[in-house]
Amino acid sequence: MFALVDCNSFYASCERVFRPDLRHAPVVVLSNNDGCVVAGSAEAKALGIRTGVPLFQVRELIRKHGVAVFSSNYTLYGDLSRRVMATLQSLVPTVEVYSIDEAFLDLSMVPEQQLQALGEQLRERVERWVGVPVCVGVAPTKTLAKLANHYAKRRGSGVEVWCAPHDWRDSLAQTPPGDIWGVGRRLAARLADLGVNNGADLAALDYAWVRRHFSVVQARLVRELNGEPCLTLELQPPPRQQIIYSRSFGQAVVSLPPLRQAVNDYTARAAEKMRGEGMLAGRISVWLRTAPMGKPQQLWPDSFSTGLPQASADTRELARLAIQLLERLWKPGLHYGKVGVMLTELCTAEHAQGGLFEANQARQGEKLMTVMDQINRSGKGRVWLAGRGMKAGEQCLWSMRRAHLSPAYTTRLSDLPRVG
Amino acid sequence: MAALPLFTEAVRAGFPSPAQGYMEDPLDLNRLCIRQEAATFLLRVEGDSMIDAGIYPGDILVVDRSLEALHGDIVVAAVGGEFTVKELALKPSPRLLPRNPRYAPILPEEGGWELFGVATFALHTLRGGSTGSCR
Repeated sequence: MFALVDCNSFYASCERVFRPDLRHAPVVVLSNNDGCVVAGSAEAKALGIRTGVPLFQVRELIRKHGVAVFSSNYTLYGDLSRRVMATLQSLVPTVEVYSIDEAFLDLSMVPEQQLQALGEQLRERVERWVGVPVCVGVAPTKTLAKLANHYAKRRGSGVEVWCAPHDWRDSLAQTPPGDIWGVGRRLAARLADLGVNNGADLAALDYAWVRRHFSVVQARLVRELNGEPCLTLELQPPPRQQIIYSRSFGQAVVSLPPLRQAVNDYTARAAEKMRGEGMLAGRISVWLRTAPMGKPQQLWPDSFSTGLPQASADTRELARLAIQLLERLWKPGLHYGKVGVMLTELCTAEHAQGGLFEANQARQGEKLMTVMDQINRSGKGRVWLAGRGMKAGEQCLWSMRRAHLSPAYTTRLSDLPRVG
Repeated sequence: MAALPLFTEAVRAGFPSPAQGYMEDPLDLNRLCIRQEAATFLLRVEGDSMIDAGIYPGDILVVDRSLEALHGDIVVAAVGGEFTVKELALKPSPRLLPRNPRYAPILPEEGGWELFGVATFALHTLRGGSTGSCR
């Protein structure tokens, strides 16, 4: 048996943990640059504010109903997510962190008659310990557990336990194929052409036939819908292929210096993340996009990449190459709206091909980078390469618009919640 | 090729350290103050309503949400949309008691309150006035 635990309106719930005044109020969270609504509390959804809608389209609604608006605070969401996962682990040791707000749990050791009680205990504990409400779906396969969770949310039951086919038969018959985990838009369209209108129709298909006409992945999906587990917990994430850091600017940028600063900053962030996972990069790419506003602009080529002589995780080396790529891409007179940096050909330090003479230099860079990462993670302040510019990120021309950012309540001493 | 024994500790000539074999982990304040890390939050105290309980403005409160709040515990509660730290009295009836005679007890009917967590430690610096100095 598997459980899928999924946080309710996670970003909005995180914003509420330290804002008791918003406990029952409509709350929305905006995308990078405060462009669109990416999450909303149930109260916000009830007002008709949908996820993905541009902020300007719902401004009037937000003003009229006094909806609380927040910029994405990933520092806060990341810390609360870590706490949710640790809390789940205090009851069930085997947890696959599936996304920032979802986890699969292995319940194979739990007797069937205790599943409901455990589901409720998980729900209560996460809400009490972390302050974030969750729903729990329990079923013999991951695909069914995901669907059980969907219904636990929709029906407001909070916990849905499906042990045998008669437990999920009705729900499956009510489910459009597109709502099932692993059914993408294209597959849903193909299934509709075949007269597969709901999950029950899909489950009734013949495995061998599906395997022949679709693929082994879809055949597995059909088996999973029949309660036959084909997917196991992925406790070891597959080795990462690439690290991307890309952001749209708060406003269009024409001149090269702010673009240099942005590339410097993005490279540093990507490299920091890479070092956190103990990896080195063998190749770096930079791409540049024009801003969508104004007259149409063409940009060609829109990206360049270069291999490193020796795989490295040194921000200085990577930033130097990234700036070179940027300077080749940039053309005067164009309005730029977005730049991105990508690190690829990743390898672990043990597998890196060493140069004959660079060894000493690499070791020195490693120490410097370690110190830099320690300072940047301590919450006491940040250090960066001078090329990023001397102003704090929030004030730069190219930086994200985050006008409604909440404090880093749990990770920064200066931002601790206040208690009277 | 002949296998050679591998010693995990360096063999040095000279007087051996008498402490070897007696090492214990260094003392760790986190282990003292934090029982359930996932459920523990830090909050900054403002105001003097708990001054007689040894909780001063600027102190940092360690709050554990995993604990069941008992009669006599110092708790953080949300009252009227704001956090407040008070002593929880459950007998004879639930109320939140300030520990400063200048403030009045809070009764549940006054807009209602919701428990945030149990305060387990107050960190108070003895230098520079308040804990604020380690900001």
